[in-house]
Amino acid sequence: MNDTTKGRVSRRRLLNWAAALGALMTLPARAWATVSRPETAFDATALDQALMALGQTPTRHEGVIFTTPDIAENGAVVPIRVEVDQTVLPNVSKVSVLVEMNPNPLAAVFDIAPGTEVYIETRVKVAQTGNLYAVVESDGQLFMASRETKVTLGGCGG
Amino acid sequence: MAGRIKIRAQKKGELTEVKALMRHPMETGMRKDQAGESIPAHFITEVAVLHGDQTVMQAHWGAAVSANPFLGVRFQGGQAGDAVRVVWTDNQGGTGEGETTIR
Repeated sequence: MNDTTKGRVSRRRLLNWAAALGALMTLPARAWATVSRPETAFDATALDQALMALGQTPTRHEGVIFTTPDIAENGAVVPIRVEVDQTVLPNVSKVSVLVEMNPNPLAAVFDIAPGTEVYIETRVKVAQTGNLYAVVESDGQLFMASRETKVTLGGCGG
Repeated sequence: MAGRIKIRAQKKGELTEVKALMRHPMETGMRKDQAGESIPAHFITEVAVLHGDQTVMQAHWGAAVSANPFLGVRFQGGQAGDAVRVVWTDNQGGTGEGETTIR
């Protein structure tokens, strides 16, 4: 290898990208603008960093209804649910879920189309006892709710 | 590698409730195997739920979503018999897809 190849993208990586891109292209035409993946927020290793990368520090708001178990026996599978009282928080376009004690706190970002109910259920890994956060974007402003979940068996074990 | 998705869409009043179960290891890249070798990160990064050709929800996921991910969403305007699809792509270029009709 001489110096001219430095910094160039290898053929293998290019092919990988092409394959990944191709897979995305097969998704049908979207009904509203696609929001690109918030890489910086996903790469953040501390809660504050991740929240900042999402745009602004969210304000606590009781209109964000966040349901998590008080005690999770298995941190690898912790069921969570995010809902919003739409009479006080209208036009929600985004829901993010963060787990404070995880190596990368941001777990997921959901982009919600107009007309879709703000209702998300999923299951996340929680490394150890700590707070979970649900952050919603309503009319361009960020609001959040947090809940403590005690973990008796961590989510990162083998 | 195309993963299958178990998917159910049920009309409940004005809303259609979609529940999807995907088969995926969701490896964080931080675990080691018994020989002490790192297990490479392998997780779903993008998921979309579609009603006909309308996207009702699109999600970006990190490795902190549990293995064999479950996703539940609700949307308005669905009619019995309409098609609902869930599609995903992962960080290794894998894809998965599941389709059902609203009942």
